[in-house]
Amino acid sequence: MERIVIAGFGGQGVLSLGQLLVYAAMYENQYATWLPSYGPEMRGGTANCSVVIDAEKPVASPIIATSDTLIAMNKPSLDKFQMSVKSGGLIVINSSLITDKCANTAAKAVYVDANRIAHENGNNKASNLVILGAYIRHSGLFPKEVILSTIEKVYASKPQFIPSNKACFEAGFALD
Amino acid sequence: MTMEERRLMKGNEAIAEAAIRGGCRFYAGYPITPQNEIPEYMSWRLPQVGGRFIQAESEIAAINMVYGAAGAGARAMTSSSSPGISLKQEGISYICGAELPCVIINMVRSGPGLGGIQPAQSDYFQTVKGGGHGDYRMLVYSPCSVQECVDLLYDAYDKAEKYRLPVMILGDGMLGQIMEAVTLPVMKDPSTFPKKPWATDGTGVGQGRRIINSLYIVPDELEAMNKKLQKIYDDMCANEVMCESYLTDDAEIVITAYGTVARIAKSAVDMLREKGIRAGLLRPITLYPFPKAEFQKVIGNDSVKELVATELSMGQYVEDVRLVAGGKKPVKFYGRSGGNVMSPDDIAAFVEKEVQL
Repeated sequence: MERIVIAGFGGQGVLSLGQLLVYAAMYENQYATWLPSYGPEMRGGTANCSVVIDAEKPVASPIIATSDTLIAMNKPSLDKFQMSVKSGGLIVINSSLITDKCANTAAKAVYVDANRIAHENGNNKASNLVILGAYIRHSGLFPKEVILSTIEKVYASKPQFIPSNKACFEAGFALD
Repeated sequence: MTMEERRLMKGNEAIAEAAIRGGCRFYAGYPITPQNEIPEYMSWRLPQVGGRFIQAESEIAAINMVYGAAGAGARAMTSSSSPGISLKQEGISYICGAELPCVIINMVRSGPGLGGIQPAQSDYFQTVKGGGHGDYRMLVYSPCSVQECVDLLYDAYDKAEKYRLPVMILGDGMLGQIMEAVTLPVMKDPSTFPKKPWATDGTGVGQGRRIINSLYIVPDELEAMNKKLQKIYDDMCANEVMCESYLTDDAEIVITAYGTVARIAKSAVDMLREKGIRAGLLRPITLYPFPKAEFQKVIGNDSVKELVATELSMGQYVEDVRLVAGGKKPVKFYGRSGGNVMSPDDIAAFVEKEVQL
């Protein structure tokens, strides 16, 4: 079972990144839940979602107290959620917007200059897919090909974005 | 749509689609968070299947439109959230008095009053004990997953028409907003639905008058009506109970919860089991009828030392759990409110702290 909290500003693709993971799980015949924050705080600008993926059995709780992975797209998200990541867990940090170092030293931190890499790969809005690439590389949650085919299926109605979305994902995946 | 389909859907969207596949062709409602995806979905989807969508001027108007549509034989539905459901109570009572089938969704938000928009279960009393006036009951389902929403909604009209009463779905914002993969069943063919010899649909001319009414001014006539309704409710209690039991066979601690909270409790059971504590879960799927026999069977197990009722309210569901426990086993209560939701860790910690093993 993998419990992932994905958080950032509204508009950074936080919710759609979570949905991509759940689509991938569905296409792989795994079980998954996607639960967004829908409270009044969204109007102030932050958004987050909780994703739980289980290869074997239906997901029970969609609520995450202790996460296996945090994807932090901005500083308030890192501050709010980093101490809830389990010992030995993974924290993927968008270092384009976050200059702080991770305070949860029991977890593995991965820093990704996602905004710059997205820009270099022709899609300023796809920093979430750069982050997704880095996350998939470090977690091994799905084979790379599963995410690439998921991107093709999910964005089938917007085919003009598929090449740059895939390029951004690949660029994130290629990082050490 | 002749094939089953696998899709990723929000609970609210899945409820709307499954209701349509189960025969819903009329929807009236008024917007309120956290159920707005239901009217939004109905507004474009119903016209595709020859149905009617109406954004009413108020919740009261919407439930009375459902009253009228159901009386005319349509498979009709409304949805709202707690304050809006309060406004619908008069109409619900009239619909029950007139013995009309319909489907009503309540995606509960925290209260009282206008309250908040986050998940809550504080409408339990209103739903299962009669929020409106008079001796009436509804068939109340509490799904915990998007697939269960689909499965229950798909057959909800068949149940509503069998007993001629409203089916209510009690959910919350978590259930409405969560996305999960679902398998959607094929669209039911309306031409196969049972005829309604009572419906004021313009048919049956010369066969006697069809009257949709809830006014019985002669006491003997109304008492006969009340007895008839009670017989229907007894019949429903005998046939429609649904309950999930998880790891209760050897359980010392039985946690009980409904809806989305039961999923959280199930994870708590797993956490406690990993620590060597023999926990189990009882989850009513029908809140009315309450699964009395299923609870009594588990409560009667020698291994069971204590029950823990957990819910998103200050203590409503726990009253029915204590009623069915009948003093045979102690029942502890753990609730959160105001839109705060407990985590599996919170429930497990409560059990470890409060329950003596």
